[in-house]
Amino acid sequence: MTRYFTKDHEWIAIDGETATVGITDYAQAQLGDITFVELPAEGATLGKGDSVSVVDSVKAASDVYSPVSGTVSAVNAALSDSPELVNSAAETEGWLWQMTLSDASELSALMDEPAYRAFVDTL
Amino acid sequence: MSDAYNKSDDDAAAIDPRDAADAAPAGPELLPLDAWHRARGARMVPFAGYEMPVQYVVEGGGIIAEHLWTRTHAGLFDVSHMGQLEVSGEGATDALEALMPGDFAALKPGQVRYSLLLDETGGILDDLMVTNAVHHFYLVVNGATKWDDIGHLREHLPDAITLNHLADDALLALQGPEAAVALARLALMPMEHGWPRTDAMKFMQAGPFLWGEVPLRISRSGYTGEDGYEISVPGEHAAALADALCAQPEVKPIGLGARDSLRLEAGLPLYGHDITNETGPVEAGLAFAISKRRRSEGGFPGAETILAALAAGPARKRVGLALEGRMAAREGGTVSCDGHAVGMVTSGGFSPSLERPIAMAFVDAGLSVVGTALEIDVRGRRIAACVVPLPFMPHRYFR
Repeated sequence: MTRYFTKDHEWIAIDGETATVGITDYAQAQLGDITFVELPAEGATLGKGDSVSVVDSVKAASDVYSPVSGTVSAVNAALSDSPELVNSAAETEGWLWQMTLSDASELSALMDEPAYRAFVDTL
Repeated sequence: MSDAYNKSDDDAAAIDPRDAADAAPAGPELLPLDAWHRARGARMVPFAGYEMPVQYVVEGGGIIAEHLWTRTHAGLFDVSHMGQLEVSGEGATDALEALMPGDFAALKPGQVRYSLLLDETGGILDDLMVTNAVHHFYLVVNGATKWDDIGHLREHLPDAITLNHLADDALLALQGPEAAVALARLALMPMEHGWPRTDAMKFMQAGPFLWGEVPLRISRSGYTGEDGYEISVPGEHAAALADALCAQPEVKPIGLGARDSLRLEAGLPLYGHDITNETGPVEAGLAFAISKRRRSEGGFPGAETILAALAAGPARKRVGLALEGRMAAREGGTVSCDGHAVGMVTSGGFSPSLERPIAMAFVDAGLSVVGTALEIDVRGRRIAACVVPLPFMPHRYFR
């Protein structure tokens, strides 16, 4: 499974036709305690860079942008009862939505994991 | 992702380099406890012109854990960004009464009063604490407004009055139900003969103390709704005092994030957000700051407007709102009733104690009754909200 990252601190993991999207561990640490996650509707069409989800922390609400274009195939229902999963497992069980990609070539503009970790080190 | 909605840090933090006088730095200044916070895992953010700890990234840290610790034990807050001022001289009482609606003539030595710095139209320039410190009045003003306050006071206080900015003193707040027992262990000595020790002080009492040879000013007051103290200490002794307090098992350092959620639950307004120079004391629910004698005598800025609002009732009021669901309303959200805009959210967030979103808003006075059903626009969605009593969490002051 290949994983890519954005400068806005989303990750996207590619598994065949399906991709899973979340926010990075760095992002959740910056946001602090997460109290609510607003997820896109299943079947929604997403454009690259669209604001499609909102992560609410005690401190602030933050937009989450779609790393690529596509269609929402599933959302993480566990987050409605346990939004804190995004804090405890941002890059695993705290995923936000899954999508099918409409243009896989968009992935080439994203960072791989070493590039993202290096990017975070500059912040 | 991006922090799109968090206004509260930004507007207070901005130091515009174009405004910089020769003494003012371009970036955030460092407070006496800066290294102390960093050594304890604080995440520092610019706030009110200073680097301040928003939360501690440690086991048992984080805004919710810090918030709940303060409600059950005791939290130590660094609020050294706030302005500490001394006003003294012949006629200081009258001079302060000309700028604020408090009855400072009746304020006994060792007593603290909440007051408001008002402009000529009765708008609130700042909210502050005024203490009769025997030889002078001791004022604590908001960090984001202190330079404006100092300018206002210098302009309006008579020449015979001395204004002294205690810029080298740190200010710590020890808050929570176990604050008194923790502070009592430091066995501080009152400097005034016959004045109470810290655990015998009542809410809104203050006095000078000695911690060894270090002079402290302590008041039994705070911004969380809990029992607790605010402690002024010379900057060079602040780290040692913070260490001594955090050595008590009841005490942990708490960041500004929890300070904000605690004060919101306590229904306490935040200057620049819930109250501004476009807000009057009566509509803000702060009429208690207008002392009885001042109501009959007037003589404070905007008295005519404010006393008229007291008599007739304000057109809008600050209310508490409990929201349905878990999505939090934020400052600036429109409040509506039957599709018509009737007000605006001034503070909002998730309440760690109540485990639901809460908000404060100004709404038309006719809709301020507890139980009124309203709606709040949150990022394009209408969220059901109900007017509830303020404070959201009962105050637990030591009276």
